[in-house]
Amino acid sequence: MEYLAGEYDVIVVGAGHAGCEAGLAAARLGCKTLVLTVNLNNVALMPCNPAMGGPAKGQLIREVDALGGEIGINTDRSAIQMRMLNTAKGPAVHALRAQADKLNYQENMKWTMENQPDLDLKQAMVDKIAVENGVVAGVVTDTGAIFKARAVILTTGTYLRGRIIIGELAYPGGPAGNMPSQKLSDNLANELGIKLMRFKTGTPARVDRRTIDFSKMLIQPGDERPWNFSYSSDIEDREQIPCWLTYTNNDTHSIIRENMHRSPLYCGMIEGTGPRYCPSIEDKVVKFAERQAHQVFIEPEGKRTNEMYVQGLSTSLPEEVQWKIYRSVSGLENVQIVRPAYAIEYDCVDPTQLKPTLEFKSISGLYSGGQINGTSGYEEAAAQGLMAGINAARGLKGRKPVVLSRSQAFIGVLIDDLITKGIAEPYRMLTSRAEYRLLLRHDNADQRLTQIGYEIGLISRQRMDRFANKRNLIVEETARLNNVRFKTSPKAQGFLEDRGLVIQQGTSYGELLRRPEFKYRDLLKLSGDMPDLPEDIRESVEIEIKYQGYIKKQQTQVEKFDKIESKKLPENLEYLSMRGLSREAAQKLDQIKPLSLGQAARISGVNPSDISVLFIYLEKANRESGGKKTVE
Amino acid sequence: MLDDSIAAISTSLGEGGVGIVRISGRDAFRIADKVISTAGGNSNWLKESHRMHYGRIADPATGKIIDEVLFSAMKAPKTYTREDVVEINCHGGYIPLKETLRVVLAAGARMAEPGEFTKRAFLNGRIDLAQAEAVIDIIRAKTENALKIAVSQLDGRLSEKLAFIQDKILTMLAGMEAVIDFPEEDIQEESNEKLTGSTGEIIGELEALLKLAATGKIYREGVKTAIIGRPNVGKSSLLNSLLGQERAIVTSIPGTTRDIIQETINIKGIPLVLTDTAGLRETEDLVEKIGVRKARELAREADLLLLVMDAQDFYTQEDKRILRELDFSKTILVINKIDLNETLSYKEEFPIPVVKISSLSGQGMTALEDSIEELITQGKAALSETVIVSRARHEDAIYRANKHMEELLAGFSTGVPLDLLSIDLRSAWEALGEINGSTVTEDLLDRIFSDFCIGK
Ligand SMILES: Cc1cc2nc3c(=O)[nH]c(=O)nc-3n(C[C@H](O)[C@H](O)[C@H](O)COP(=O)(O)OP(=O)(O)OC[C@H]3O[C@@H](n4cnc5c(N)ncnc54)[C@H](O)[C@@H]3O)c2cc1C
Repeated sequence: MEYLAGEYDVIVVGAGHAGCEAGLAAARLGCKTLVLTVNLNNVALMPCNPAMGGPAKGQLIREVDALGGEIGINTDRSAIQMRMLNTAKGPAVHALRAQADKLNYQENMKWTMENQPDLDLKQAMVDKIAVENGVVAGVVTDTGAIFKARAVILTTGTYLRGRIIIGELAYPGGPAGNMPSQKLSDNLANELGIKLMRFKTGTPARVDRRTIDFSKMLIQPGDERPWNFSYSSDIEDREQIPCWLTYTNNDTHSIIRENMHRSPLYCGMIEGTGPRYCPSIEDKVVKFAERQAHQVFIEPEGKRTNEMYVQGLSTSLPEEVQWKIYRSVSGLENVQIVRPAYAIEYDCVDPTQLKPTLEFKSISGLYSGGQINGTSGYEEAAAQGLMAGINAARGLKGRKPVVLSRSQAFIGVLIDDLITKGIAEPYRMLTSRAEYRLLLRHDNADQRLTQIGYEIGLISRQRMDRFANKRNLIVEETARLNNVRFKTSPKAQGFLEDRGLVIQQGTSYGELLRRPEFKYRDLLKLSGDMPDLPEDIRESVEIEIKYQGYIKKQQTQVEKFDKIESKKLPENLEYLSMRGLSREAAQKLDQIKPLSLGQAARISGVNPSDISVLFIYLEKANRESGGKKTVE
Repeated sequence: MLDDSIAAISTSLGEGGVGIVRISGRDAFRIADKVISTAGGNSNWLKESHRMHYGRIADPATGKIIDEVLFSAMKAPKTYTREDVVEINCHGGYIPLKETLRVVLAAGARMAEPGEFTKRAFLNGRIDLAQAEAVIDIIRAKTENALKIAVSQLDGRLSEKLAFIQDKILTMLAGMEAVIDFPEEDIQEESNEKLTGSTGEIIGELEALLKLAATGKIYREGVKTAIIGRPNVGKSSLLNSLLGQERAIVTSIPGTTRDIIQETINIKGIPLVLTDTAGLRETEDLVEKIGVRKARELAREADLLLLVMDAQDFYTQEDKRILRELDFSKTILVINKIDLNETLSYKEEFPIPVVKISSLSGQGMTALEDSIEELITQGKAALSETVIVSRARHEDAIYRANKHMEELLAGFSTGVPLDLLSIDLRSAWEALGEINGSTVTEDLLDRIFSDFCIGK
């Protein structure tokens, strides 16, 4: 029997990384919010490696943090290791990576959710989204509970018609022993007319720490310098647990080859599309047959567990074969597998059905974010969850949507790619997807976005002040270095002689910093009167000065980009009957309904001449309505 | 959007060998000043808007004089686009025109998109609303034409070379990007020496391409022209006299098919590519020898057909049969050997232009040139224009790619970090991608995932 169980402003279906951000954002923006999950023990579960960040993903975390999301703070609290990657490869691609304590991460996030005013967190299986006249009305659970709401955000991750595959064994299931969501897909596809796709992913086995011979492996310690993702975290005394590196060998590869016929991927049992960047070990052995060894990282899942994650040995071969593969690896000869590796197939939404706010074009008030939109990764999920939460709340309050552009944030690149280009495989954020990577650095995410987070209402006055203070220090120090000139001293002379360098009297420190052989820390040795600044400020100053030329170049490109981006296209344009458009362009434009000329230009099949045509239509419509020139 | 300056060849070629390079935009005068020198310096012509001046175009990079020109500088808003406009009239035909456009682009103008001048005229309010649709049609038509020609004129060798260079760049880029995006995978980072070496090689290739482009050798563009007719009517002698008369043989390259020779000649500034089989010069019996099928194919592919008949034996059954098969809109009837039958008369009214010539005495050749010019510039005015524009566009893209590669090379030697180096490399790839319409992101990801073992 169905019964009315409650009324909310916003309901979030799912308490994964997307769901948590969406729920917290909506509640913090003053909406009465309900978050539902299949299982209250899976809040913010990390079904794969409990690692956060890395290239592009680390930027995403910092951006979510600068906008007032939770993932950064929660990672800082639960981290058991932090490392800065790519430090030698240039400022744009420095990437912070953390190993989190999996259970602790969940516990912290759940506690935050439970204590958030205006937020209810409950266990329930949603079977149906109620829609009335194209407007969302609420959700219905398998027990018959009806929750009414004015906005619903879907963040169902890998649960929709989830199917677990372990070698020859396959059964309906969600990740990590959770129940799958069996009925919701049918409702979405057949009753709401939403186009679904089928993707797959997989995870390696977990093994018992006590059965590993670490003496045969290379230790991978964390950085000594205390890092934090969040601009508001000050954690300095983190106990760090190392990761370990070992390799597969020819024995491993022979075992895999001999058992290839038992792989569900090769015998057609799997229909979903998997990501190319996460191939299983069998994929790697087939595709890179010449490789004698592949890396295997052994990573801790937490402080109070002996489970270790085995990065590099993801497989969907039968459990029996998994034992042989794992035990062939150096250091794992006597290893005990405690959870087998598995692959999972699931339904997701074709994201071109969404607006840049992540609202469905066809159903008002229905949003979706996270893996359900075809992405993969905690950070990608969190970023979309946050934006869906913000926009659902703003929609209800009649405020302007917040849409970040490709030149502002990786979040902008991510969402724009999804809704404009669509996807053919699980989408992971990569720095190479961003045109203006040099501007979207992890050190300046706060400079790019804190103000926006503050205006949205997710960043407190206190945090805004803290940020303003930091920004002032950067500006002042940059100006100072550009003005102060080098004066020689015995100390400086000694340093220069050691390094075999010469400096002209009167050269500004700014100029020095632009020379490849000088770093900020060298200036400390050259000059007696350097201010005592925090490390992150020094870094930002160094990057701003050192790479000024390149940064300026990208800024000019962005100005051009922004211009065409700011040419808005009305939502109700009749592309199909528009004279002068090519057929393919007309159809694509009709399907995607881009909001700006810039977005239109990124749709595959839309050519510069089509853009010219649109441009003229815009100007025509504008003049007809008596407006002034749109140009310049 | 409208703050850059654009340039293109703006009238069709062939009007007495004069073509116009038009520059429009905020920097039009500054750009013109860089490439034009006049006796009085620019103070003169800047003051006198809308008047013709005499000057010389020189390549600022080398100082080499390209052409003597008449030009006018027109101050906004009383111009076609309502922007500052400079129009440079070149006389010397095809090569100087192309060169002028090249130096104008190098001086800071961007190559105009098809129909872009008209588009600007509209956007700046010069063309009224009623004409908006017409503007769209112009853009559409020009684009389609340009696209067709741009693709068809990409010489096989150029496409191959481009693909080869792009592939090399992509290999380098994929290596760099894989290292950046997957720092935890054991991907071998290329040594600086190796990357510097590859960069040097790519620059070498690009420079070779630019050199070829400068001499026009990598292109086979122009108006494809076939001389046809039954045996013994004087096709070869017509060919020879065209070759002998023309002012400069631009190219003479053995083509891709074994027996085909192509001669590019210049008729009133219009490049004509005489497609000819080697056999044509040895024997008169083209139709019989390579068969009706081959002749038809030639006739179909050509932009211009010169159908030759013999004044002494005029309009035979076979002539009639051939004429029936041809596309009248691109055919000129050439009656050869008129010196042997000065009094030739006929009562037929041909639906195509008719010219009487003697390839031996040279009689009628000027009339033939006029006729060719008229046919090309009327029906296909856009053709010769876009040929040059797209070609200059390619050259411009190669030039920019090369500049980025040079910056990359400098970057390697001064220890610029990887992520910044990749910006130049990527820009180089993108510049080349403009030629064959490929975009970097997808290709790049494909390459990363196929070349490097990345996974968990
Ligand atoms: C086996 C496996 C391997 C993975 N490997 C990788 C990897 O290598 N790299 C990588 O980046 N990412 C990987 N991921 C993906 C990563 O875990 C997800 O991208 C991320 O967790 C997605 O977050 P989400 O919030 O979108 O969804 P999830 O974290 O999956 O959360 C979904 C939430 O929705 C709830 N839910 C679903 N349906 C219903 C319903 N009908 N009613 C109520 N609640 C519902 C669930 O209870 C859950 O709380 C993997 C995931 C799995 C399962």
